[in-house]
Amino acid sequence: MKRLILLLPLAIFLGVALFLYRGLFLDPSELPSALIGKPFPAFSLPAVEGDKTISQADLKGQPALVNVWATWCVACRVEHPVLNQLAQQGVTIHGVNYKDDNAAAQKWLVEFHDPYQLNIDDARGSLGLDLGVYGAPETFLIDRDGIIRHKFVGVIDERVWREQLAPLYQELVDEVSP
Amino acid sequence: MKRLLSAAVLGLVLLGTAQAAIDTYEFADEAERQRYRSLIEELRCPKCQNQNIADSDAPIAMDLRAQVYRMLEEGQSNEQIIDFLVSRYGDFVLYKPPVTARTLLLWYGPAGLLLGGFVLLGVVVLRRRGKKSAGPSGLSADEQQRLAALLSQRSTNQTPQDKNDR
Repeated sequence: MKRLILLLPLAIFLGVALFLYRGLFLDPSELPSALIGKPFPAFSLPAVEGDKTISQADLKGQPALVNVWATWCVACRVEHPVLNQLAQQGVTIHGVNYKDDNAAAQKWLVEFHDPYQLNIDDARGSLGLDLGVYGAPETFLIDRDGIIRHKFVGVIDERVWREQLAPLYQELVDEVSP
Repeated sequence: MKRLLSAAVLGLVLLGTAQAAIDTYEFADEAERQRYRSLIEELRCPKCQNQNIADSDAPIAMDLRAQVYRMLEEGQSNEQIIDFLVSRYGDFVLYKPPVTARTLLLWYGPAGLLLGGFVLLGVVVLRRRGKKSAGPSGLSADEQQRLAALLSQRSTNQTPQDKNDR
């Protein structure tokens, strides 16, 4: 019994060490989304190009990435070529142009190529607020019923896509056509 | 020199307070202004993580302040406003998270540790006291008896020669 008590400090130390070690690999800037498993918030906003109006119903039908982007967002520029590549591979990508100037956004799409099937113009950030967006780029993964299944904060590069998002996207695609 | 230094320090302090974001919102009365103030002070900025939205200059904090103001103007209650933000940004936006199974340790852990410390302290103190009651020398009754026996034995065996040895 006495011996066990002598081991107690070691046990406490190991517990704390394990806890802190795990903390080394957590990214505190990545917040879990409160919207996972919930339907994409209702909205009715103009498209970035043309005078179509887009609503949440338009996002249904197939699994897709919904990418929150803006021309003022430097990291979005880094991400853009990767999105182009994915679009070419047949991945459905929708855009939310978050708190941006419409003319600048249109120019960007001409200059850097347009990977988006639907591109929502959220100039006032109201959809962004409903989505819990706190920066750009952020990317949501939605299934065919328009339910948000995953959220990724930050730049999607090839590694992120390969290791994190592609398997999830594939899962959603497989759900559609079993 | 000293004066200059204290002026510089004072300047820095004032700079700190001036950094808190200033918006020009108008409120119907003082109570409403207080409500707004307390709300934005207990809501956490999702982008700049260790600031509340009152102190942050991040665009998202500005948006959230505007949203809180808008909802206050619409006459919504504090709970409604907080629920609105939590449903979008999660419990993360609260500096005062609700007590749930997940946050139990967070809320009561420190008190538990303190209590544990007191219990430990009590046990140690009581043990010491228990020992003390055995005698001022810290020996148990049994040991005391043995000591007395040894001492008496020694005094009977003592000879002048022993004294010289010492």
